[in-house]
Amino acid sequence: MSVADAAGLGRGRAIAFVLPALALIAVFLVFPALWTIYLGLTDYRLTGLAAAEPRFVGVDNYTGALSDPRFLTSLWLTLAYVGGSAVIGQAGLGFTLAWLLRTRTGPVRRVLEGVVLLAWILPSTVVGFLWYALLDSDDGTLNALLSTPGLAWLLDYPLLSIIVFNVWRGTAFSMMLYSAALENVPPSHLETARLAGAGVFQQLRDVVVPLIRRHILTNLLLISLWTFNDFTPFVLTGGGPEGRSEILPVYVYRVALKDGQLGAGAAISFLILLINLLFALAYLRLLRGRRRPQEAAATPGPPA
Amino acid sequence: MRLLSRTALIGAIAALTLTSCGTGGGADGGSTVLTIAANSIEGGKNSETAQWIKQWVIPEFEKTHPDVKVLFQQSGVDDEQYKTKVALDLKSRTGADVIDLDGIWVGEFAQAGYIKPLTDVGGATVGQWEGWAQIPEAVQGLGIFDGKKYGLPQGTDGRVLFYNKTLFAKAGLPADWQPTSWQEIIDAGVKLKAAGVPAPIQLNAGTAMGEATTMQGVLPLLAGAGAEIYSGGKWTGGSPAMKDVLGLYQRIYGGSGLGDPRLQQDAKGRDKSFARFAEGEIGILAESDYFWRSVIEPQAGVAPMKDRDQAVGYAKIPAVRPGGGVRGQDFVSMSGGAVRVLNPFSKSPRLAWDLLAFMHSAAATKSQLAGQARISSRTDVNDEVLAADPMLKYIADEVLPLTAYRPGLAVYPQVSTALQEATAAVVSGKTPDEASAAYQSALEGIVGGAANVGG
Repeated sequence: MSVADAAGLGRGRAIAFVLPALALIAVFLVFPALWTIYLGLTDYRLTGLAAAEPRFVGVDNYTGALSDPRFLTSLWLTLAYVGGSAVIGQAGLGFTLAWLLRTRTGPVRRVLEGVVLLAWILPSTVVGFLWYALLDSDDGTLNALLSTPGLAWLLDYPLLSIIVFNVWRGTAFSMMLYSAALENVPPSHLETARLAGAGVFQQLRDVVVPLIRRHILTNLLLISLWTFNDFTPFVLTGGGPEGRSEILPVYVYRVALKDGQLGAGAAISFLILLINLLFALAYLRLLRGRRRPQEAAATPGPPA
Repeated sequence: MRLLSRTALIGAIAALTLTSCGTGGGADGGSTVLTIAANSIEGGKNSETAQWIKQWVIPEFEKTHPDVKVLFQQSGVDDEQYKTKVALDLKSRTGADVIDLDGIWVGEFAQAGYIKPLTDVGGATVGQWEGWAQIPEAVQGLGIFDGKKYGLPQGTDGRVLFYNKTLFAKAGLPADWQPTSWQEIIDAGVKLKAAGVPAPIQLNAGTAMGEATTMQGVLPLLAGAGAEIYSGGKWTGGSPAMKDVLGLYQRIYGGSGLGDPRLQQDAKGRDKSFARFAEGEIGILAESDYFWRSVIEPQAGVAPMKDRDQAVGYAKIPAVRPGGGVRGQDFVSMSGGAVRVLNPFSKSPRLAWDLLAFMHSAAATKSQLAGQARISSRTDVNDEVLAADPMLKYIADEVLPLTAYRPGLAVYPQVSTALQEATAAVVSGKTPDEASAAYQSALEGIVGGAANVGG
């Protein structure tokens, strides 16, 4: 019929084809999101009178959250957590490992990849308790190794502890993604650069990064969003001490479930959703922005 | 061809998703299934209750009800987490048939419509139960909200100061210690410190300990300073009494070395405080009799002390000075207690009541108490058991007459959190005045303005 209808389904059948998927998305994604917005405007609680008959309170929950110093502290902690553990830690370490291993084969590579992957596939709670045992001040493994008995890592350096934890936990994904990306870099390009006298840094800057830029941005987008919504640090520190590791997911848990303020919790969840959208938009913009110059560079000059 | 099979696959998945929403659990076939939920687990938290339910309640009940199968849903988590789980279960109209709740939650659960009065769920037989005559009015009050009975009380408890007699002997302190003022607790702490005890006093503080901070720390101390958290329709704010309480926290955790501030901040601080007391690293610990019967209990405790009966003493919590406590008392305590409620969404409510009543029968209560100290809700059983255990007798005779209860209001948990935050602030170096001012403003936000806060 038309040029766009490559599958030859016709409009009616095409709609019927995507309808189940759309229905599932509407039921499990769109409806909960709208419901969250509605709940955020009420004083709905987990227990008590307000659980039976919630009242409409307008934007009180939003103004309350935005003026709560703990929300703002929590937001900064979350940004530090995402920046430190995902953007710098996971992506940086993941790329370094991928770069170092790109020419290796054999047992060293397999063992290293296996160990990194193991951290990725173990269930969060199990890993969380393993790390608690590692960092514990009384009988912690780390204190035994360093002979620093009684050093309370989780109390003295709560944010650093959960950042290191999350780097350890999530590096595998970045490493695998970058390994795959680096295989797309033609060895001849690197060879040419080396012959032209480029050092490692120059090779990375001028050859590798431009070629895998979209992989980098996609990876950063995914791990930023995952880390932003990560609840596992709760197992290590419970958000403490004094809220010094209370990242936003833990803050929401405390407000909504521990204090029982489901309405306020929904409002904060919605704010988190907006922040996530901002992240995603920023990355997508960068992705699109990078594509144009590449296309522009590729289009002129038909092969001679 | 490929397209067709994929359509079929998606159709099948959609069909599966839709049908699986429809089939809930429930009684299938001839036998009825009843479930009991409690925050106890074999080999962990409240292990002896779990054992009692599994080894006595279930087999005995199934013996008289051959077509009923009873299951036990174990948990071994912090009380707040258990409460959240139960609330979410009831909110979605599922959950166990017979549920363990802390008495303090009854009000807010009833207001939310999660639980109903026992007669509404269990039917007319509830009123005729023989057990009512055996449960004293004050104890029945644990399960009562707005004049209606929502749950059967399991018993009650009291808070005391536990102390390690071995360490006391080392520090030259008497084996039958009973402080009469806060100063005497501090004095004992100083002597213990001098004798090399790492953490002489453990007074729960901070948010990580949750309700244990409020119930074992702030509230008994507040009563000792002559105030109640809620009285005459007003909540106690940053009053002089509150500053006295926070002042005591500062004397213990503010650099004197009498207590370990890190323990209060640790995510697993309370469990560690149990272990440290059992290892002889803590001299004085404020806890409920739960500590005696479930934590340092020589056989089934989580931090068992083989020599508990010889090595551990207990003393009443003194007022700030003699006569300075609430109602002019010399000594104070706080009490609570768990109840068992029926799930109003139970598929077989009558049978669930039978099970609940059975769990609170004299035979069942006696079996649960076998060999351990606990004040049950039934007078007939207490009369029998009381004589056997000195600790039980002490709590019942000396502590319960001067105890106080928490207000069963939905807003209480938030007030409790604000109190925990105030102690956390002192532990991390703020002055009592600063912490008390922050508490005052937090409290006003929680209870709806300064008009509901007393001096």
